[in-house]
Amino acid sequence: MHAMQELTAGLGLKPQHFDDAHACRAAGLWFEVHPENYMVAGGPRLAWLDALRERHPLSLHGVAMSLAADTTPDAAHLERLAALVVRVQPALVSEHLAWSTWNGAYRPDLLPVPRTRQALHRIASNIAVVQDRLRRPIALENPSHYLTFDEHEFDELDFLVEIARRSGCTLLLDVNNVYVSANNLGYSPEAVIDAVPADLVTEVHLAGHSTDPSLGARLLIDSHDSPVAPQVWSLYERLIARIGARPTLVERDEHVPSFAELLAERTHAQAVLHGTLAEAA
Amino acid sequence: MLLADYQDAFAQALLAEDPRSAPPQLARLVGQPGFAVYRNTVLKGCIDALHANFPAVARLVGDEWFRAAAAVYARRELPTTPTLLTHGQTFADFLARFEPAAELPYLAAVARVDRLWSEAHVAADDAVLDPAALASLAPADMDRVTLPPHAAARWTWCDEHPIYTLWSRNRDPAADFDGQFDWRGEGVLLTRPQGAVKHQMLSRAGSAFLSACAEGLSIERAVAAAIEIDATTDLAALVNQFLQAGAFAAVQALAFEDA
Repeated sequence: MHAMQELTAGLGLKPQHFDDAHACRAAGLWFEVHPENYMVAGGPRLAWLDALRERHPLSLHGVAMSLAADTTPDAAHLERLAALVVRVQPALVSEHLAWSTWNGAYRPDLLPVPRTRQALHRIASNIAVVQDRLRRPIALENPSHYLTFDEHEFDELDFLVEIARRSGCTLLLDVNNVYVSANNLGYSPEAVIDAVPADLVTEVHLAGHSTDPSLGARLLIDSHDSPVAPQVWSLYERLIARIGARPTLVERDEHVPSFAELLAERTHAQAVLHGTLAEAA
Repeated sequence: MLLADYQDAFAQALLAEDPRSAPPQLARLVGQPGFAVYRNTVLKGCIDALHANFPAVARLVGDEWFRAAAAVYARRELPTTPTLLTHGQTFADFLARFEPAAELPYLAAVARVDRLWSEAHVAADDAVLDPAALASLAPADMDRVTLPPHAAARWTWCDEHPIYTLWSRNRDPAADFDGQFDWRGEGVLLTRPQGAVKHQMLSRAGSAFLSACAEGLSIERAVAAAIEIDATTDLAALVNQFLQAGAFAAVQALAFEDA
C-alpha cells in the first residue's frame, strides 16, 4: 500500500512505444499493461516487460478475469496472472466489474450484468478467489455502460461499495467511464464523482471517448481513441480536489499518437495531482 | 432471470447474425441502441486480433477482404483464451475450406506460416546450441546423440506452393526482392535465437532433418531422413544453416534403447 501511494500519474504502455517508455526518465512515471498480452511462455514481449520493470513501477490491469460471469474464475488464467504478479511485482493490480469469458470462449469486451443480489454474491466471491490466489487486494474498475437494465437492484456506486466491503477489494475509478455512462443512461456524473468513498479509491483512470456514428453524442463510446475530453478533466479535478492525490493512468488504445503526446497528457494529470494546474496553465 | 441464463442468452445474441433472434427475455436489452456497441466491440476485437496475427494473409487479400473473412471466422470461433497474441489457431484450416478463398489455393499455407510465426514469437526462452559442441562430436557419436530443436524453432514444407517466397514478401514487404521466382514447393524455417523471430527458406530435406530431430531421433537417423528425400543434400551446409539460425537447443545423449 505504501508503494501505491507514491505513484503519481502513469501511462498505458503500447508495444510501439516500448523504447521511448524504457528510456523516459520523467519523475514518478509508471506504466500499466494488460497482463493478458504478456501471458506467454517467453520471447521478446516478456523480455520488454522485465526490462521496463527494472526502471519503472508497473501496474497489471486485467481485462479478462470475467469476475461477473456466473462461474468461478478460470483456474488456468488465474495461475498465469499469479505467475506474472510474482514475476513483475506490480505496484497495482486491477480488474473490471464485467464478464468476457463464458462457456470456454473469450469475448474481447467488458460485458455488463444486471446488478442483482445474485450478481453481488458471485462477484464478491470471485474477487475473493482472485485475491486469495494473488495474496493481495485488487482494485475493481467501473466499466462504461450502454444499456438500461430493468433488473438492477442496486445503483452502480452502492453495488461497487458493497462488493468492496464484502471482498476487501478497492476501487479503480475510471472518470471517463463515469462520464460516458452518465451521458448514455441520463444521470449526473458529478453526483457519482462526489459520492465515491475516498478511502476506497486506490487508482484513477482517464481516457478519451467518441460519439456513436449514427446516434452522435446521445451514445458515447469508451473508445480510448482520442485525448481525454475537457469535461472528463473537470470531473477529475473535482475528484482529486475532494479525495486527494491518487495514482492516475492516462489510457490510449486506438489512434495511438507519439509517446511525447501521451506524455504531455500524463503531465497534465500530474499537474492536477500536484494542485499546480493554475500555475502550469 | 438467473445470471447464468442471462449470460447464455447475451452471449448468443452478441454474435448472432440477427440479434433480434435473441431469446425473448433479452428483448428489452437487444432493442436498445447500446447493444450494438457490445456487438461491434466483440467482433472488432476478434477481427483486429486476426489482422495482427495474420499480416501476410491480410496483405495478400487486402484489408477489406480479410476483415470480411475474419468476421465469418469470428462468428464461428471465438478466442479460447484472452491472450489474443495467439488467437487464430484454426484460421488456416478455416481458409482452406472457405469458398471465397478457392481462387487463392496457397492462402491457407501462407496463414499456416503466419501462425507458426506467432508460435515462435511467444514460445519459451531456450538455450541455443553452441556450434563448437557439435564440432567436438566423434563420428561414433552420430547414432548416440540427438539435436533437440530450440523451443521457438518452427518449420514447414509445402509441396505445391513457393510458400517462403509468398509469405516473406507479404510479411515483410519492405525487404528487397529480385522480382522473379519459380512456382515450386518451398519450406520455411523460423527461429528466435534471441529477441526477434528470424526467417529463412528451408529445403524439403532440411524439413525432414528437423522433424527427425523433433522426434528425438539420432543425428544419424536425421541424416538418413534428409538423404532419403534428396540424395544430393549438402549435409554440412544444411547443419551449418541450422546452427547459424539457432535451430537447435543442445546436443543430447540418447538412452541406449532409443538409439
